[in-house]
Amino acid sequence: MTPFKKQRAFFKFMKEKLKNKEYNQVKSRIKSLMFGSKMTNGLLFKLLIYTLLISLGYVYLYPVLYMVTNSFMSMSDIINVAVRWIPTNLNWENYRIVWQDLNYPQALLDALILAGVPAISATISSAFIGYGFARYDLPFKKTLMTLMIMAFIIPPQITMLPTFRMYANYELLGSIRAFVYPAILGQGLNGPIYILLFYSFFKTIPKSLEESAQLDGAGPLKIFTRVAIPLAVPSIIIVFLFSFVWYYNETYLAGLFLRGSDMMTLPLRVEQYINEFTAIYPEGSRARELMQAVSLAGNILSLLPLLVLYFFTQKHFVESIDRTGITGE
Amino acid sequence: MKHLKKLIPFKALKKLVPYYQKFIQQPSEKYLFKPLRKAGSILTHNKVIMKRQTDVVFFSKFTYTITHKRREHMIGIAFIFIWIIGYLIFTLYPVFYSLYLSFFKVQLDGQNLNLAFEGFNNYKAIFLNDPYFVEILMQYGVEMLINVSITIVFALVIAMLINQDIKGKGAWRTVFFLPVIITSGPVIAILISQGATTLPSIEDYDIIDQILSNVGGFIADPLQALFNQILLVFWFAGIQILILLAGLQKIDKAIYEAASIDGAGPWESFWKITLPSLMPLITVTVVYTVVSMSVFSLNEVIIYIQNVMLGESTDAITTGYGYSSALSWVYFIVMSIIILLFVGIINIRRRSRT
Repeated sequence: MTPFKKQRAFFKFMKEKLKNKEYNQVKSRIKSLMFGSKMTNGLLFKLLIYTLLISLGYVYLYPVLYMVTNSFMSMSDIINVAVRWIPTNLNWENYRIVWQDLNYPQALLDALILAGVPAISATISSAFIGYGFARYDLPFKKTLMTLMIMAFIIPPQITMLPTFRMYANYELLGSIRAFVYPAILGQGLNGPIYILLFYSFFKTIPKSLEESAQLDGAGPLKIFTRVAIPLAVPSIIIVFLFSFVWYYNETYLAGLFLRGSDMMTLPLRVEQYINEFTAIYPEGSRARELMQAVSLAGNILSLLPLLVLYFFTQKHFVESIDRTGITGE
Repeated sequence: MKHLKKLIPFKALKKLVPYYQKFIQQPSEKYLFKPLRKAGSILTHNKVIMKRQTDVVFFSKFTYTITHKRREHMIGIAFIFIWIIGYLIFTLYPVFYSLYLSFFKVQLDGQNLNLAFEGFNNYKAIFLNDPYFVEILMQYGVEMLINVSITIVFALVIAMLINQDIKGKGAWRTVFFLPVIITSGPVIAILISQGATTLPSIEDYDIIDQILSNVGGFIADPLQALFNQILLVFWFAGIQILILLAGLQKIDKAIYEAASIDGAGPWESFWKITLPSLMPLITVTVVYTVVSMSVFSLNEVIIYIQNVMLGESTDAITTGYGYSSALSWVYFIVMSIIILLFVGIINIRRRSRT
């Protein structure tokens, strides 16, 4: 071997070694990018998380998407097997039918009143009750709170007939009072939850604030309205929103107490309307097929106010759990 | 401000003031406040009740000293007074009345109830004469055990996914909370009737049929029901996800760092750190899930009880309100047992960990 050749072989060797080093560097960098190091998560991991989240989110929203898309389907779309997700054209006809037959604006107004007034009463009363439980040392406090939670677990069937008869005796049936009176007395729908929410919120207010108000000569009621309530505005919003939503969606009690009256919650009215619609047309007729889309349109119309409300106030809903104090602070 | 003045007819309102004084202020002074004050003074200035500095004296013999503590108690009771009244009227009275009725054969006769004492016959009939209820109840029990566990695990997985360092946390939370807003009886009923509560991709493969054909009917039926309504089970997880997420965010990051320095992998730190610190919250979510699933208006037991209650009341013992209230009491007891079972399991785990 000539020295020249030797040199060339050496260079070749060096070149390869360098390449290898570069290659290794790139390899380790890719590795850390993909699988993550101690400080950051790798791309693969992130990919996994996003895939999981998106697929679970899809599963979660599937019924909603189904409702929205199918409600726009026309007769031909429903019969056509090829059309599964996206309707061939935006068909507002279903909505028009429901809107007219339900007299939607009037029905909506009724439903809003029917949900709003009990929700407001429940909010006010549970603020009082929650404050009483949180701030004052009551005799048998633990027993009372246990009783309150027990009331949450009792299925409504147990109390159905006695309540029904009681309301009938006092002529509360068929009017909004059947919901307002229990709400004022702190026994509304899911009442214990609201009371516990206020309870845990008022527990977090430092007592010194109220003591200073007391030194200034304020009585208990004044302390409550001037000191505690202004601080509790976020909780008040949350309780109101939740109770509004729950009263709005309530069908069991509403079906019982409001049967045959003009006032009715929107979901119930839609259900009733769909039942009538089904009764008119015989099984297997073409109108019955369209029925699917119409009933979905009806349900979306009944959910629309809630969706709008949720869209504007979702922050409060989502942050509510932090404020309930369930997580223990 | 100008518009406001135009909007509100102040002049017209001013004219109303004398009427207010004449018809509201004066009569209320005369008929309400004056008698009240008089009654108060009569009460406190005779020998029945007297006020002597901090003492209240009854019949000039029994003194009741108003200490600071007692005063606090009274104010507190004043705050929760409406709740006590409401609880007595709207909760306790119906509960005891239905317990009372569950020992009778009740027949509705127009507005009146015809009661015939039955003793424990209603409760006996549930287990001896009723062809369906025990079966439905068993199914409910198995379903509850499966569904609640799935809901909790699902909620935990979602909460942990959202708790990772991802983009758009708020948006994800919003998505997973949406069902809480829109879930109501009719909506769910429509979705079930149109088959939108099951995933099409699950149905396309016959994996489930394969699984179901290999296990007995007792487990297969609830499983079948589960797969038909798998989305509903997921939909019950909305509030639970938020509760668990809030719990996850409260765990100190330093604990994880310390564990990883000691050589613990993610798997180990999940079982040794995350789960134990979430346990109290998991108890809360389990109770909440069981209650919300059991009380939901499309629950089969609930529907059965309702049918018995509202159905024709005949001479047979398995009809009428008395029987249905016995049913709902048994249901309530089963429900409480399930809750206790779950809480017990969770707490045994907790004790063995620590």
